[in-house]
Amino acid sequence: MATNGNSQSSTAHLTTPTPLTGAEILWATLAGEGVTDVFGYPGGAILPVYDALRKFPIRHILVRHEQGAAHMADGYARASGRVGVAMATSGPGATNLVTGIATAMLDSIPMVCVTGNVPTRVLGTDAFQEVDITGVTLPITKHNFLVTRTEDVAATLRHAFQIARSGRPGPVLVDITKDAQQGSANFNFEAAKPRPYRPHPMLRVEDSGLDQAAELIRNAKRPVILAGHGVMESGAMEQVRTLAERAQIPVALTLLGLGGFPASHPLNLGMMGMHGEAWVNDAIQEADLLIACGMRFDDRVTGTPATYALKAKKIHIEVDPAEINKNVKVDVALVGDLAEVLEQLLPRIAGRDGAAWLKAIEASKGAVAVHDIKNLPDMGHLYAAHVMHDLWRMTGGDAVVVTDVGQHQMWEAQYFRHERPRTLITSGGLGTMGFALPAAIGAKIACPEKEVWVVAGDGGFQMTAAELATIVQEKIKINIALINNGYLGMVRQWQEFFYERNYEATPLVCPDFVKLAGAHGIAARAVHKRAEVAEAVAAARSAAGPYLIDFQVEKEDAVYPMIPAGSALHEMIRRPGKRVKDPLEETADE
Amino acid sequence: MLHTFVVYVEDKPGVLTRVASLFRRLNININSLTVGRSERAGLSRITLVCEASAEAGHRIRASLFKLENVVDVDDISQAPAVTRELALIKVAASPQTRAQIFDLVEVFRARIVDLTSESLMIEMTGVESKIEGLIEVLREDEGRILEICRSGKMTMRRGHHVSSVVKAMTVTPAGSADESAEAREKNVAGEAD
Ligand SMILES: Cc1ncc(C[n+]2csc(CCOP(=O)(O)OP(=O)(O)O)c2C)c(N)n1
Ligand SMILES: [Mg+2]
Repeated sequence: MATNGNSQSSTAHLTTPTPLTGAEILWATLAGEGVTDVFGYPGGAILPVYDALRKFPIRHILVRHEQGAAHMADGYARASGRVGVAMATSGPGATNLVTGIATAMLDSIPMVCVTGNVPTRVLGTDAFQEVDITGVTLPITKHNFLVTRTEDVAATLRHAFQIARSGRPGPVLVDITKDAQQGSANFNFEAAKPRPYRPHPMLRVEDSGLDQAAELIRNAKRPVILAGHGVMESGAMEQVRTLAERAQIPVALTLLGLGGFPASHPLNLGMMGMHGEAWVNDAIQEADLLIACGMRFDDRVTGTPATYALKAKKIHIEVDPAEINKNVKVDVALVGDLAEVLEQLLPRIAGRDGAAWLKAIEASKGAVAVHDIKNLPDMGHLYAAHVMHDLWRMTGGDAVVVTDVGQHQMWEAQYFRHERPRTLITSGGLGTMGFALPAAIGAKIACPEKEVWVVAGDGGFQMTAAELATIVQEKIKINIALINNGYLGMVRQWQEFFYERNYEATPLVCPDFVKLAGAHGIAARAVHKRAEVAEAVAAARSAAGPYLIDFQVEKEDAVYPMIPAGSALHEMIRRPGKRVKDPLEETADE
Repeated sequence: MLHTFVVYVEDKPGVLTRVASLFRRLNININSLTVGRSERAGLSRITLVCEASAEAGHRIRASLFKLENVVDVDDISQAPAVTRELALIKVAASPQTRAQIFDLVEVFRARIVDLTSESLMIEMTGVESKIEGLIEVLREDEGRILEICRSGKMTMRRGHHVSSVVKAMTVTPAGSADESAEAREKNVAGEAD
């Protein structure tokens, strides 16, 4: 994919007259592939590689846990579109990568993980720190390799980069035995070039399909574009926008699609799915045509497939043929790179009058806005939604926000309005708690000029909080907005709704996060009232170093609306009207 | 329904695991799997039969293609094709009872490939139902069958159809014309993994 390649540095044509060690070949190949930063953690089986690092112009970021390395490489890739690289030793180092690899796999993130392994002669003997990591990661990588010969290091790595960034991107793991790192071989970067990438043989964009799609669009009365992560992966922002504007079609976004179409655009409906706004899901349920662009009809956006958008014909534009008709049956499938397909489709699309449908959707918003927490007074409480809204206003929507997983993630998606692609980095498919802090480190290293904010819950933050030390050691300026509700909030919400408020194992005792930050030498403060939000955010933004804000928010707030798992999109739970405990609702009902 | 796929894969360690793992991942049981060398050096040919819904065929084929080591996939569930299976069956037979088995073997167009004073080995090639038929008859005498080894199905499209992908690959064909019978047999039993 054109937008997805690392820029090839001048070392790309590097060929050495004398043989190099496998370890040196590894770094030279990474440099040739345009890699400037690697996230890793050393150990015995990868020591030859670390020993050779000093000879190469590559920055190594020492993490505190290999899961962090994988998330950093992932965040790096999501922020920049370049391939992220993580490195670990054999055995426990390699297995610690697993959650991060699966996270990247589920969200189609280009990433290369390099692991060391025990010497070839003891492979398969349960040698010290030996784990069959290619076996372990087989179902969670796009592909993986075991390299046992020094001569294969360069070609395998180059192939790994090609696989990671081509077609539907994904993580690739390269496991290299210690003897392959130590042996020596000739190095010729050009000669190690992989065969030309073979696109998936089932890609299919036929004229008949394009004509059919154009006709469906022409005849539709209530069309909706569903824009997903593929918009970013393919770099199809312009094409989607042109389609929407020309044919006057409103655009609903998946969680990972946020930023792919400007939030402020009049045709932007907002996020669809489980915590999407009512008018978005209602529009989808009422639609007579859905144009799915780079999204995969995940269960979090469809609710029960049997009740999903039954009135709508469906056009699916998707790069992965295995996604066609997987969750939702479609009428027209255009299987190819989104930007390229839309380029072919657009000449067939004429102007359309969409006013009636747009007006109907606009009208359906009416009552909802009044109940929107963003428009309600805080009555002395601190609501996460208000924090997100204020953070968005103060940063002008320009910041890169990296969220963790839980209620705060949904509030961010609802109240931080993303104008540009790659400004929201979040684990959508796997929903990995602990993702935010390390992924934000990766994002900041990929894009040092950007303002980067972590938005994390008190639960998930503690899963990878050890990386606070990494940001100090590596002098990384990021800001951390901790949404501290004293609970595993999203799980507590499910217990509230579906398990009779049996709050089993969800109340959290947390450390004093301000002191925790302080112990690392990171500036921090706690915020208890909405009135203090702006000042704290301003302090964080103007601080030279990293900054943590412990937002002590309402403890038992819930994310609304919500479609219970297994329900239809229009069967949503709304913010209750009569919870006397809730001062917001008292005002809203007046 | 029963789906039959012919899959060309690179002949490298671990490739069969990747193919098998895909079916495990999709929670689809593999009914039959045959792997051996193909007409091209470096490529193995898999015949895989599995039970799955009619719609599953597209996704299985598309997912197989996503495996890095898969070169070509042909879904021949509906296509006119020749399907064969090979079975080796060891049965207990004394010099006195052999004659009856010889007759059976004759009727089923199988052949005897090994003989001892207590047992003999039958080799049979054919469609599944024919092999089942022979086994059924042999079973009439309880305890007679000592061992059964079946190859699983091998399938090839009828007519002049060949894999255009494999044809386009500029590699030399595996083996040569004077390939021994033994080598040809190995083709059937070979392993990609
Ligand atoms: C690694 C992992 N374990 C468990 C879960 C299940 N889970 C989803 S959200 C959530 C609660 C998150 O709590 P917190 O980080 O405090 O965020 P909040 O929902 O309170 O905003 C849990 C436990 C998960 N997504 N990831
Ligand atoms: Mg919490």
